[in-house]
Amino acid sequence: MAVQLSQQTRDQIAQLIGRYPTRRSVLLPALHLVVQECPVLDDDVCQAIADLLHLPLVDVKGVATFYTMFPTEAHGKYIIQLCVNLPCAQHRARHLLRYLEGKLGIAAGQTTADGRFTLQRMECLAACDKAPMMYINEEQYDHLTEEKLDQILHELPE
Amino acid sequence: MEKILTQHHGTAELWKLENYRAHGGYKVLERALKEYQPADLVTMVRDAGLRGRGGAGFPTGVKWGFLPKDDRPRYLICNADESEPGTFKDRIFLEEDPHQMLEGMIISCYAVQAHLAFIYMRGEFYLGAKRTQAAVDEAYAAGYLGKNILGSGMDLEVLVHRGAGAYICGEETGLIESLEGKRAYPRIKPPFPANIGAFGMPTVVNNAETLANIPHIVARGAAWYNSIGPERNRGTRMFCVSGNVRQPGVYELPLGVPLRDIIFEYAGGLYDGRTLKAVIPGGGSARILTAEEAMQVDSDFDSLQRAGSMGGSGGIMVLDNTVCMVQSTYIIAEFFHDESCGQCSPCREGTGWMEKILHRIESGEGRPGDADLLLHMGTNIFGRTICPLGDAAVWPVESAINKFRDEFEYHIQEKHCLPGTESIL
Repeated sequence: MAVQLSQQTRDQIAQLIGRYPTRRSVLLPALHLVVQECPVLDDDVCQAIADLLHLPLVDVKGVATFYTMFPTEAHGKYIIQLCVNLPCAQHRARHLLRYLEGKLGIAAGQTTADGRFTLQRMECLAACDKAPMMYINEEQYDHLTEEKLDQILHELPE
Repeated sequence: MEKILTQHHGTAELWKLENYRAHGGYKVLERALKEYQPADLVTMVRDAGLRGRGGAGFPTGVKWGFLPKDDRPRYLICNADESEPGTFKDRIFLEEDPHQMLEGMIISCYAVQAHLAFIYMRGEFYLGAKRTQAAVDEAYAAGYLGKNILGSGMDLEVLVHRGAGAYICGEETGLIESLEGKRAYPRIKPPFPANIGAFGMPTVVNNAETLANIPHIVARGAAWYNSIGPERNRGTRMFCVSGNVRQPGVYELPLGVPLRDIIFEYAGGLYDGRTLKAVIPGGGSARILTAEEAMQVDSDFDSLQRAGSMGGSGGIMVLDNTVCMVQSTYIIAEFFHDESCGQCSPCREGTGWMEKILHRIESGEGRPGDADLLLHMGTNIFGRTICPLGDAAVWPVESAINKFRDEFEYHIQEKHCLPGTESIL
C-alpha cells in the first residue's frame, strides 16, 4: 500500500535537496528523517523515499539494508544497544549481555514478545572510558552493573 | 604541560557560541580572513607539520596542497565518524566543543577555497549531532557561515551529515560514497579524493581533531607549533586510554610523551596486584605491543611505527595479566568480520574465517597448526583488498600470535585459558 509521508518530512527533504549537490546524497538524511515517523523501512516506505529522490527502489533498499541503524524489520519500543567490544568486555560487558538476555528472555538481536525491548550487541560506541556502556534509544548509560541495569529498565516509562 | 585543544574544556556550556566567544573564539577566523591569502594558510599548516589525527597520520598541509589548481567546485569533509575500537576523542569536540572544530573547518575551507563542507558524523552520536547542528545554526546567525562571511567575500555552507552505523565510513572513500547516498564501498585509489572525490570533484577529508588544531596554528604560527613534540611529529594529541587502568579517559599531551607515562602517570596505572601484559597503542587496528615493548616506546607516529605498530587513531587499550590473549584477539577479529563492507572477497570471507578459528581455539576445539593457519590466512588478506580494512583485520591477529605464540599453543593444547586469567567473554 502506498505510504504518504507527512508534509513536514516532505518539506524537510525538499529543503535538503536544495542544499546538497545531488538528489541522491539526500538519501541518508532522508532515511534518518523518515524513521522518525515510520519505525520500519519496508518496501512501501522505501518507495515513498525513492519517489522523492527520483531513485529506483533498489537503490533505497540497498542503502537502507547496508547501514545497521536503519530498521528494515519490526523492533521494540526501546532499543537497547550494549557495546561488547574489547574495552567494554574488559569491564564485564558480555556478562551483562547474558544478564540482559536472561532478564528479558530473548537472545541478542531479538525483540520481547510484548514489543517492549529489542536487545542489540554493538561494536565500539566510542565511550570506552565509561565502560561498560549502552544506549537505550538515544539515551546513553555508563559504568553499567547488573543492579544499575535493573534500575534503568525498571524506571523506563511504560 | 600546556593544553591547547582542551584548554577550555570543562568550563560551563562551552558548546554555546557566547561561551566559546568569551574564550576568544572566532577571533582567529576574523584574522585569517583579513590578514592571510588562502595559499599562505596552506603553507603555514604545512610548515607547522600537523599530521592527520584520524589514523594514517598524513601531513595535513601536504594533503591540501594536492588539490588541483582548477576552477572545479571543491569540498571539505570533516571526518567525525569515530568508530575505531578504543577511540573516543572526536566525540568530545562534537558534544562539548563543536565551535573549535567548526572554526578550524571554516579557516580550512578558506585555505583550500571550498564553498561547501560536510561534517560526517557517526550516526550513534545523538547528543553530538544535536550540539553540532546547534553550533552550525549559531554560526550562520552570527555571520561565520553563509554568504560573504564577516565581509570577506567568502561564501561557505556547512551541512551536518549523519552516518548510520558502518565502521567503513571512517575510510575516506567509503565516507565519500556514503555521503553520495550509496553503500559505503571504498573506492580504488588512484584517483585520490584530492582530484576526484565527492561528487567527482576535488575533495579534502580531514579528521575532526585535526581541524580543531587549525585555529591554534593560525593564531600562534608554525614556529610555535614546531616547538611541541619531536621532529616530524608536532603538536599535541588527544590520547584515549581505556581497558585495565584506574583512570580511563582522554588526555591531551604532546606527541612523543612515553607510552609508559600516559598509562602509569596520566591514566593512573593498573589496578592493585596486576601487571601489564600488552598494549594496543593506536585503536583496534594497531599491532599489539608486549608490555616490554610498550614500556620503551614513545607515543608519536614515527616511534610507534618503528616499534612495528602505529599511532593510528590515538586509542590506547591496556591489557593486564588477567586478560586472555586468545579472547582479546577473538573480540577484535569479531569486530572486523562484523564491519567488513563485503566488497572484496579476501576481507569479507577471510575476516569470518579468522573469527571462526579464533572462536574454536577459545572454546577448546583448537587444532594443532591453527596458529600457523591464521598467519597464513592473514597473508592472503593483507594487501589484497581495495581499502585498508583488510590489512587492519590482519595486524591484530598476526601480531598477537607472533608475540604471544605460547599462549595460543597452550590454549590449543590445554583447551582453556592460561591460569590466572579471567574470562571477558
